[in-house]
Amino acid sequence: MKARGRPLPPQRPATPPTLRQRLTAANRRCTPYLYISPFFLLFLITGLFPLLFTGWVAVHRWDLIMGQGEFVGLDNFRRVLGSPDFWKSTRNTFSIFLLSSVPQVILAITIAALLNFNLRGRTFWRMGVLLPYVVAPVAVVLIFSNLFADRFGVINSLLDLVGIAPVRWHSEVLPSHLAIATMVNFRWTGYNTLIFLAAMQAIPRDLYEAAAVDGANRVRQFFSVTVPMLRPTIIFVVITSTIGGLQIFDEPRLYDQYGRGGADGQWRTLTIHLYELGWTQSDFGRASAVAVLLFLLIVAIGLVNFTITRRIATAGGHR
Amino acid sequence: MKTYVPLTREDRQARRNAGIDRPSWIVYGCLAAVLLGSAFPIWWSFLIASHDSTILARNSFPMIPGGNFWSNAREVMDSVPFWRAVGNSILVSTSVSLSVVFFSTLAGYAFAKLRFRGSGPLLVFVIATMAIPTQLGVVPLFQVMAQLGWTGQLHAVIVPGLVKAFGVFWMTQYIRSALPDELIEAAQVDGCSQFRTFWSIAVPAALPAMWMLGLFTFVATWTDFFWPFIVLGAGNPTLPVALQQLQAAHFVNYSLVLTGACLATIPLLALFFVAGRQLVSGIMQGAVKQ
Repeated sequence: MKARGRPLPPQRPATPPTLRQRLTAANRRCTPYLYISPFFLLFLITGLFPLLFTGWVAVHRWDLIMGQGEFVGLDNFRRVLGSPDFWKSTRNTFSIFLLSSVPQVILAITIAALLNFNLRGRTFWRMGVLLPYVVAPVAVVLIFSNLFADRFGVINSLLDLVGIAPVRWHSEVLPSHLAIATMVNFRWTGYNTLIFLAAMQAIPRDLYEAAAVDGANRVRQFFSVTVPMLRPTIIFVVITSTIGGLQIFDEPRLYDQYGRGGADGQWRTLTIHLYELGWTQSDFGRASAVAVLLFLLIVAIGLVNFTITRRIATAGGHR
Repeated sequence: MKTYVPLTREDRQARRNAGIDRPSWIVYGCLAAVLLGSAFPIWWSFLIASHDSTILARNSFPMIPGGNFWSNAREVMDSVPFWRAVGNSILVSTSVSLSVVFFSTLAGYAFAKLRFRGSGPLLVFVIATMAIPTQLGVVPLFQVMAQLGWTGQLHAVIVPGLVKAFGVFWMTQYIRSALPDELIEAAQVDGCSQFRTFWSIAVPAALPAMWMLGLFTFVATWTDFFWPFIVLGAGNPTLPVALQQLQAAHFVNYSLVLTGACLATIPLLALFFVAGRQLVSGIMQGAVKQ
């Protein structure tokens, strides 16, 4: 501790506080607000305001260059919901999301269980699963677009080796979704594995001992102790992956060179649809309508997720 | 710096004594397969990048790197503004990381250690904003940038990233547990100003968490694509945006495209080999504290 720099001011208990003292007190009261204000200011300007203003743009005719036009009520929403493109994009978004989130959570919990053994070289294995995290999604999709090439692709050649006919990973609907989901899984499984691993290590050991006394083997312990205890973590991972997963853009955008989500829109997602409407067709009104709908969808799915995950995780055992 | 150790040494000793010993080779085998899965695509991109563009059409897969990497790299640098993109990515990622760390630590210190009216609800508000997909406000945000004349300029990417809710939350959690109240009181008795107390008492105590926050922010900003793609355009790209241009121009030339992917990944791979341990323990700490 540093020595006192200057003597304390003489005490004057009976007199009212001086201006200086009052300034110090006011300063003390304001400082915390000053410290937290950058976040709130920035959030209001670049987060909340644009989000709310999207609703305003969505009920107007609004051009990228010309700007605001007349008020059209729900017309933009009617046009968006009336177009097959929107529904196709919604289907694709959901399909890709399910193919990436469900296997990813299962895989991540499994790998976490392996890492939770008393391993030699723990840090090495942990770093190994995290490696894909430092590859940018844009680079991931360039690599996987090559691996999943319809002609001369590694995956198709491997399939050929085991006698499976080549899959048209780009031109067909479900295969293209699988390929894109694989990219998402590649980048995020390791990250979520470490989250699950941390949660597993926080589970008290006596729960396992009690289960072992009751005659539960390793597998049984995993399903009736580990999985239920991971419930809050599963909810956390699923909710964060919902928010990001339903807005997926990078991977489908770069899966081919045109970036429109396939010749027939077979892997066009809602965010690509939003971008195409806004920046290719310069219709900000309809783009905003898509943004509002996607927002509502994310909120709705978040709530559904919350309920389902809760139920699944409690069904396994009771605490 | 203390790395995250979930079990104490005694715990682990007890575990070993209890007969829970080293796992069998099957576990190592499975983990090796996982490792192969995470490393192979990266290795593959380098294999293709080091050959010429006809390698795949010859229907024979390369097993060892070829000698064309540097000539491919030169071609990438000629066809997109590569060095400009590298410079932009470094500038954007560094300034965003520094700013996020500074403002998050400041706010985290206030939430963790200063008493003020409304601090509880305000912190809940900060956490709640993490669940709001604010990226969906792109249309108005783009209009704001256009009004300011910022489209195509780096501030358009830097300014919205200056402070993040996750950072504030993370620093609040850390400072709350790492900084004893007595230290702050002592500093105040000594006549330190508020900011002086923050700077010379709170910041040194929070340094490990600040490093980690900076690391994660750097990776996230470096790899970010959607917003830079919308607001920057072709003339002044960050690396992911330049990769997109490269791919749009040379899609069928896989060697060239994957050389670009390699070049964009190398800096972060280097970061990973230096600080991967910190990334691992950062994720694991965040998971326990959430």
